[in-house]
Amino acid sequence: MIKMNQVIKPRQLGVKIKEFFVSRMVTIVFIAICLLCFRFAGLSFTFYMRDIINRLSRNLFLILALIIPVLAGMGLNFAIVLGAMAGQISVIIVTNMGIGGFPGFSLTLLIGLPFALVFGYLIGKLLNKTKGQEMITSLIAGFFANGVYMFALLILVGTVIPLTNPVLLLSRGYGIKNTVDLQGGLKYSLDALFQRPLPQTLFYGGLFFLLILSILLLIKKMYIKKGNGILISNARLIGYGVLALVIAVAGFLLQRSDSTLNTVNVPIATFGFIALLCLFNMFIVRTKLGQDFRAIGMNQHVAATAGINVNKTRVIAMVISIVFSAWGQIIFLQNLGNLNTYGSHSQVGIFAIAALLIGGASVTKATVGQGILGAFLFHTLFMLSPMAGRNLLGDAQLGEYFRAFVAYGVIALSLGMYAWKKQIQSSSAEEIESDLD
Amino acid sequence: MELLRSKLQEFGAARTLIIMFLLLLLAIALAVGISPVGLLGDSLVRLGMNGVLVLAMVPAIISGIGPNFGLPLGIVCGLLGVLVAIELQLMKFWAVFGAMAIALPLALLVGWGYGILLNRVKGSEMMVATYVGFSAVFLMSIGWLTLPFKSPESSWFIGGGLRVTVSIMDRMGKVLNDFLSFNIGELVVPTGLLLFFLILCGLMWVFLQSKAGMAMKASGINPRFAEASGINVNRNRIAGAILSTVLGAIGIIVYAQSFTYLQLYRAPMWMGFHAVAAILIGGATVKTAKVSHVILGTFLFQGLLVVALPVANNIMTQGNLAEITRIIVSNGIILYALTQTRKGGAKL
Amino acid sequence: MNNYLLEMRGIGKVYGSTRVLNNINLSVSPGEIHALLGENGAGKSTLMNILFGMDVIHSTGGFEGEVFFDGVKREISKPADAMELGIGMVHQEFMLLPGFTVTENIKLNREITKKNWLNKLFPGRLKSIDRGQMKRDAIKSLEAVGLGIDEWLPVQGLPVGYMQFIEIARELDKTGIKLLVFDEPTAVLTEEEAAGLLKSMQEIANNGIAILFITHRLDEVMTVAHKITILRDGQLVDCLDKENTSVAELARLMVGREVKRVVQSRELTDETPTILSIKNLKVKMPGELVRGIDLEIKEGEILGIGGLGGQGKIGVANGIMGLYPASGEVLLRGEKLPLNNPYNALNSGLAMVSEDRRGVGLLLSSSIAENIILTAMHINKQFVWKIGPLTLRSDRRIREHTQKYISQLDIRCTGMRQAVRSLSGGNQQKVCIARALTLNPSVLFVSEPTRGIDVGAKNIVLQTLIKLNREQGITIIMTSSELAELRSICDRIVIMHKGKKAGILSPDASDVDFGLMMAGEYDQIKNKGAS
Repeated sequence: MIKMNQVIKPRQLGVKIKEFFVSRMVTIVFIAICLLCFRFAGLSFTFYMRDIINRLSRNLFLILALIIPVLAGMGLNFAIVLGAMAGQISVIIVTNMGIGGFPGFSLTLLIGLPFALVFGYLIGKLLNKTKGQEMITSLIAGFFANGVYMFALLILVGTVIPLTNPVLLLSRGYGIKNTVDLQGGLKYSLDALFQRPLPQTLFYGGLFFLLILSILLLIKKMYIKKGNGILISNARLIGYGVLALVIAVAGFLLQRSDSTLNTVNVPIATFGFIALLCLFNMFIVRTKLGQDFRAIGMNQHVAATAGINVNKTRVIAMVISIVFSAWGQIIFLQNLGNLNTYGSHSQVGIFAIAALLIGGASVTKATVGQGILGAFLFHTLFMLSPMAGRNLLGDAQLGEYFRAFVAYGVIALSLGMYAWKKQIQSSSAEEIESDLD
Repeated sequence: MELLRSKLQEFGAARTLIIMFLLLLLAIALAVGISPVGLLGDSLVRLGMNGVLVLAMVPAIISGIGPNFGLPLGIVCGLLGVLVAIELQLMKFWAVFGAMAIALPLALLVGWGYGILLNRVKGSEMMVATYVGFSAVFLMSIGWLTLPFKSPESSWFIGGGLRVTVSIMDRMGKVLNDFLSFNIGELVVPTGLLLFFLILCGLMWVFLQSKAGMAMKASGINPRFAEASGINVNRNRIAGAILSTVLGAIGIIVYAQSFTYLQLYRAPMWMGFHAVAAILIGGATVKTAKVSHVILGTFLFQGLLVVALPVANNIMTQGNLAEITRIIVSNGIILYALTQTRKGGAKL
Repeated sequence: MNNYLLEMRGIGKVYGSTRVLNNINLSVSPGEIHALLGENGAGKSTLMNILFGMDVIHSTGGFEGEVFFDGVKREISKPADAMELGIGMVHQEFMLLPGFTVTENIKLNREITKKNWLNKLFPGRLKSIDRGQMKRDAIKSLEAVGLGIDEWLPVQGLPVGYMQFIEIARELDKTGIKLLVFDEPTAVLTEEEAAGLLKSMQEIANNGIAILFITHRLDEVMTVAHKITILRDGQLVDCLDKENTSVAELARLMVGREVKRVVQSRELTDETPTILSIKNLKVKMPGELVRGIDLEIKEGEILGIGGLGGQGKIGVANGIMGLYPASGEVLLRGEKLPLNNPYNALNSGLAMVSEDRRGVGLLLSSSIAENIILTAMHINKQFVWKIGPLTLRSDRRIREHTQKYISQLDIRCTGMRQAVRSLSGGNQQKVCIARALTLNPSVLFVSEPTRGIDVGAKNIVLQTLIKLNREQGITIIMTSSELAELRSICDRIVIMHKGKKAGILSPDASDVDFGLMMAGEYDQIKNKGAS
């Protein structure tokens, strides 16, 4: 056995704590801003909960669609706008057919799929041509596609593309209306499938969580015996258990009280869908494909030398992301209840990305947890800042501009930090090399 | 034949396509009976109006920070200049040049900070610039609401904050356009406007011939060569950012006096993109740019929009065909330029 | 009938019009450690590229000769073919992913998927990974290389020495590996780590795996190799058994070449004044670190700096010119030269023709004229005229000057406005020299002046250097990988080894001395001789 004279030092606790806070700086600042906004917005907790649950249910899917390209080293996928367009095209087609409810929703997902696959493939190919500039390319590609999308829906529909439903068409006979009402059609087609009051959801949710934890506890021993390492640490198990118990108890108590929270409904079916996506993301990381994503994300050259088809894998990552964002947009629209044909998709990329970054993600690392936390914070801010602005300075506009500034600013900040870090790293790499002797 | 093909290749497929498209639109326009003189007149005005903003791309590109997507930074400085000029009750030429004088130090300062920032994020300039520009637009939107401007021309009567569009027709509207303006038949030539634009172009051209300009060019084309020639690359990049920001500020003032309205809040967001698209159409790449690219590109891009608008209106009365054309053309050309970068890089 | 594992017969390779390999034969038996010895550019990597079926070979017209593996003639047309035969490569630069654990790196793209029923439903890449099995495999191959390390650690933050072993473990983990190629594996290791590696190699060979060991460290060759093949300039020089040779012989075979002296060497005496005095110069140039050298450069001499690649010879000029971070002391005619400041270096009368012609030396898209005058314009404010605050370029003066150099150096071009990109390598090099001369330097650094240019242009470049030195008295410091070239025009030659000065030789010193010094064995052998 070879003995090496270097020792790998464990990092000190103080350094660890400092790192913990420094790396979560953005998130911590936003928690503070959100608390401030809540304080000045003068909003009842019930109202807040109703709104935030709504917003989470319609936005989370889109945010989680961003994770796989980050994993594959392609940065923040500004091109989810294309996915959103695919979703909207599908919504229009299904509305034209006049099919509503859950069957309509399922059909929308299905019809959106081929569009998203094609868009994802094209954008993946494009990004392979512009390696190293993926983010700016995906951003501009989104703008460009928007022009083509407008051309298709505003000019071609009714003239070249046969579509006759007067609910959709502008009075002039061609072009889709600016706003398409989904009432009686796709509106709440998923949400209404299964919803329950918040306290009840908490109670059963808590119990369900406890059940999963106990199953984990049971298979844990078996897992270790097979020599696969630790499944989950005891401390975590206990922590989660206590948390689940508290949630269940709180739900139970609220259910019995006459709290107004009992009027808040949770669209469990929608959250079920989101949970499925989370599971998919977790699953994919454990597969060969996920391993390849991570490998090309770290170093394309090394991955290629090991025989991984880098370009193909990148296209797959892109296709997955675009398909999910198409579905995400459909979920978004069925909750919103109306389609702003030429506007609903345009901000999707920016808001989803800003939310993900606020949750603590970066250009090179993003997790499901960060997505959920970020969605929660960003939409709290989104909802509250106009109100806080009005209460503080008598102008709701101010809050609106503030939240737009925050969305763009946090992206600028994150991109800047990423580029700066890269610069520092490349210079310190030389440093290390010269310290060899 | 070979020669023709290589010439065509040098000219670029995208540019050829755009010119063909423009010719097609022009043919349709003439066919449906739109006055070509009117179109030319509009194009000339638009050239002078947008030209300076496009010219702002030149120092940015040649100093190596790339097409300046962060142009809104300069634009908000210019807007501030005009607002202060209104507040000071300046009139006509005093208003235009007063606004420029006020905007200049602001733009210098902002450009300097911007340059330092861009030096920290080498390799990701375009992306960072885009988002810094966007966030500046919204930061200033908060500013437009809260800054203590009092003039009734620019602010709402009730409540605080500036108007979304401020009419400056009476104060400084078309001051440059009308200067020495003359008619050839029905064609109105905005002499002052074009003159101002061409003088700035001339100055830029002279700068590019100077020792400082050549050093800046070298730092953009090949930073390592520049470094080895004793040229301070980072300082040149900062200078490029400052020049670009200053030209952005001047550009928006020229634009506004011709447009006769000052557009605040969200309006500056996309101006950077349009300027980038214009210079790329003119033949610039993300690494090289010339003054001639500015003139040709602005003329082509704006000409396209000028011709597209009446044609579109003629074909279909409602519909934003002109706007759609603008979106597709401007983003298409930027996208095309991005796909060409790596090829160019490989050759280097 | 023989029982060689690998036989390469009559291998030749031509890139464009240059022949890089000619009629090479190489045979390796199972369990043999076969060293492949040669300078940079001797053709070792091309030979390996052929063995691995790399794309560079096939996209440039293939190669001559035949490759036999396990006694059967093989067509290796892509790296995967080589892999399938059981040929593995341990790269010089680490092919490891820092964020992956040791296990994940060992199993990179050869991950084991789970065998349970659920997984069988999923197509190809959607199968789950069996981390447990991967871990057990990783531990096994780590043991085989003899590295005691936890398999779950991320590679990031591990000492450099470990990484080489992980690379080897990865190759050993591949099933059916029969031949392992080590490409200068000890280049970045400490002595101790290198010794460990060599031991590990011997163990691997004892298990019947053949090893091709590419290196230029002669002592390592003598420690572990059974057979030694020496290449020089694409030719097979010899194939020897270790028992029948010595370090000195290997050194001679590696560098020995016919040298044609172009000019008389100049006599340097103690009275010749020193123009540049270098004390403890350290340069942080990645891949070419200079770890502290002292050098006295005499006025009017042509000093050569030689050595193998990566030993720091390139770093010296780059450090003095301020292109890479440097420390130490440099005196120019007794006055201290501020380091890390290219402007100052140029301004003090130093000039450089860079080894990276296309990267540092030229503005490829600009004209010949611009390339020639730009530096002088910036440094000496030549070729300009002033109006008011503006300093404008003077096209007339630029034209005159450029014309002068175009005819003087015989730059073949369509005119001074031609873009440098479209010139041939030799003419580009002349533009670089013209640019340096425009500065009127008293000391000229020339790095790799003949790299990548044809023979005719080579001679012109060397003649030009001699002329500048003899007629204009410019002191020239020439860095080159081609020892013969240094020996043909230099007055003294410094050999660099491991970032330090291994010694100074006269151009007519013996091949053995040069070879030993380049391999870093000069002092050892000479001392042995003395004792």
